[in-house]
Amino acid sequence: MTRFRPVLLGAAGLAGLLLVIELAPRTGLVDERFLPPASRILAALAREAGSPAFWAALGDTLVAWALGLAVAAGAGVLAGLVIGSVPALRALTASTVEFLRPIPSVALIPLAVLLYGTGLGSTLMLVCYAAFWQVLVQVLYGVADVDPVAFETARSFRFSPWARVRYVLWPTALPYVFTGVRLAASVALVLAITAELVIGSPGLGKEIAVAQASEAVPAMYALIVVTGLLGVVINVAARFSERRFLAWHQSVRGEI
Amino acid sequence: MLEVKGLRKVYQAGGREVEALRDLTFTVDRGELVCLVGPSGCGKTTLLRCVAGLLDPSGGEVEVDGKAVDGPPPGMAVVFQEYGRSLFPWMTVKANVELPLKQKKVPKPRRAELVEQSLDAVGLTGNADAYPWQLSGGMQQRVAIARAVAYEPRTLLMDEPFAAVDAQTRADLEDLVRSLWKRLDVTILFVTHDIDESVYLGQRVVMLSSSPTVVQDELTIDLPAERDQLTTRADPRFAELRTKVYQQIQLAKKGA
Amino acid sequence: MSFMRKIGYAVGLPLILFGLWFVLSSGSESFYAPPLGTILTAFGDTWTWPAIRADVLPSLLRLAAGYLLAAVVGVTLGVAIGLDRRLRATVEPVLEFFRAVPPPVLVPVIMLFAGIGDAMKVIVIVFGCVWPILLNTVEGVRAVDSVQLETARAYGVTGPARITRVILPSASPQIAAGLRQALSIAIILMVISEMFAASNGLGFTIVQFQRSFAIPEMWSGIILLGLLGFGLSLLFRLAERRALRWYEGLRAAQRTR
Repeated sequence: MTRFRPVLLGAAGLAGLLLVIELAPRTGLVDERFLPPASRILAALAREAGSPAFWAALGDTLVAWALGLAVAAGAGVLAGLVIGSVPALRALTASTVEFLRPIPSVALIPLAVLLYGTGLGSTLMLVCYAAFWQVLVQVLYGVADVDPVAFETARSFRFSPWARVRYVLWPTALPYVFTGVRLAASVALVLAITAELVIGSPGLGKEIAVAQASEAVPAMYALIVVTGLLGVVINVAARFSERRFLAWHQSVRGEI
Repeated sequence: MLEVKGLRKVYQAGGREVEALRDLTFTVDRGELVCLVGPSGCGKTTLLRCVAGLLDPSGGEVEVDGKAVDGPPPGMAVVFQEYGRSLFPWMTVKANVELPLKQKKVPKPRRAELVEQSLDAVGLTGNADAYPWQLSGGMQQRVAIARAVAYEPRTLLMDEPFAAVDAQTRADLEDLVRSLWKRLDVTILFVTHDIDESVYLGQRVVMLSSSPTVVQDELTIDLPAERDQLTTRADPRFAELRTKVYQQIQLAKKGA
Repeated sequence: MSFMRKIGYAVGLPLILFGLWFVLSSGSESFYAPPLGTILTAFGDTWTWPAIRADVLPSLLRLAAGYLLAAVVGVTLGVAIGLDRRLRATVEPVLEFFRAVPPPVLVPVIMLFAGIGDAMKVIVIVFGCVWPILLNTVEGVRAVDSVQLETARAYGVTGPARITRVILPSASPQIAAGLRQALSIAIILMVISEMFAASNGLGFTIVQFQRSFAIPEMWSGIILLGLLGFGLSLLFRLAERRALRWYEGLRAAQRTR
């Protein structure tokens, strides 16, 4: 009984939200032109689901997201391991990382437009930039977390440098890598859709901008719902795979 | 005066009922120091939380000074076992001791006086502005005792307060409790799993059975009122009394 | 490590990078990557005091208003939700959904309701920032130590004092984590909302530069935004370190024990 009640309550919460969105415009509490009733948003969603253009846009967004995330994760892990395992390099780059990281990625929008126009490149540039820091910083934490005793044990047994990375550094840093990729995955989605929305490169974001410009308000809401659902799916999948892959790891860590 | 009558506590755990306390009846007279001792896992802490009004019993009653307990009674202070979690780490020692007094609306000059006196009494003069985590475990428990003393309670509950401190600190703290008790004229209910400690401290020892808990036996400790770690513990009478308590606890474990 | 060496490490790489940029770009004929010298000159010419008053200050004021409002709303609702198990179970899926919506898509929605004025931008920032603050507050409140709560009850620390003296301080490290996430979202939304529709502000000005191909000025705007992001995060870290000194100390003490 205690097991399914939260699920029930959660479903009631969602139903309540839908009900409010249905009733508020119908009773005239908010202007129907600004917030169409939930039923019309859902109808628009169904219409979108029947149009190939929608699926193409969804595909574009996912490709940009996945490519950008893959590049950022690869670069972030590599850079993190190299910088993290050489103390001098770490000290030398610390201030630069601290300076570059908080630069809002949207500052690069004008530059991306100039360099890549409204193509996939613009989206990728923003996604990579934003996601890279998330991974890098976590990997740096992870490398710093390596137990010095473990490292000295490895050295006293005359492990080769490669073996030290393979058997000591990497296993310790792995949970952090997962955390970094999980954080980067949601940031990458935000930036992919932002770039499409603002720059107009193909994808869901652009569809939202088009719907807004043509005053197709229900379609706009439907697309926003899709982006939210996409975000939920990515969050849940990332958390699930993190737990799955790291079930063996004693230090599966809490939320950052 | 503290009366526990037919106290019963049943927990619901995963659809199963677990009877922690079956039927407990005992009294602690005004100004008395009584130790509760029992085998580990016998529900000592459950009992204490019921007496403190932090937990609602499933049956029976607790009365403090003639009034039934249905929430933390005024004039009662509790010292918890987990000093590290019971002190607020974001407040200084002084603020920790003072907070309950503020809630009791004690005027400011009197508050300052009480804080100073109580910190002096536990030997922490000069540590008022430190944070709890800057102190050793024994000193942290002294802060918790000072907080209880400053509250000017008529009844003081202590839940295995010295279980997590080292043996020498423990001896000092036991003597501190005895001296505070004599000076302040409070009723003390002291819960412990340490048989020697219960005999050394108490005027009376109440022995509990293993769970589901009932009162196994009671024993009056007829040692002289002036006790100290050297002579009292070397007293043949001390050895006799601790043997008696020990035998009862062994019986309790066998479920007799 | 000596102080001088620390300084050397801290400024060494940035100096080298800037030096490289300066030297490599000095003869640049590229339209998009003008020499750093030109950009720096443009920086001085563009961001004069009147320009800062006209474009940077309004942006910052909207940022501050939206961020602070989001903090108040997020923490208040977060405490309420965190304290009530049933309420939490009811609203959790809804909150997870709102958190997952990429905040910039709120701009077109809120434009419908609030037009394109200052109110729109502030509301966009509030709506985007409130979720990480709220959800982190909920987590923090939920994780308040049970012994701390029992201590508070046993000593009569109840009502408002329970919230201000026990629950909020105990949850504050987690709340700070939410506020930190929200700060970077706030900056992004400040820029985006101005890029969409505005007559002043940093985002607006930078896009204007880009559209009129005033490339060195555009670069100077990007650098200014970068400095702003860096400065604000530095400010946040200083404030956090002050407010959470006890937490740092506690953690350090726990590590050595």
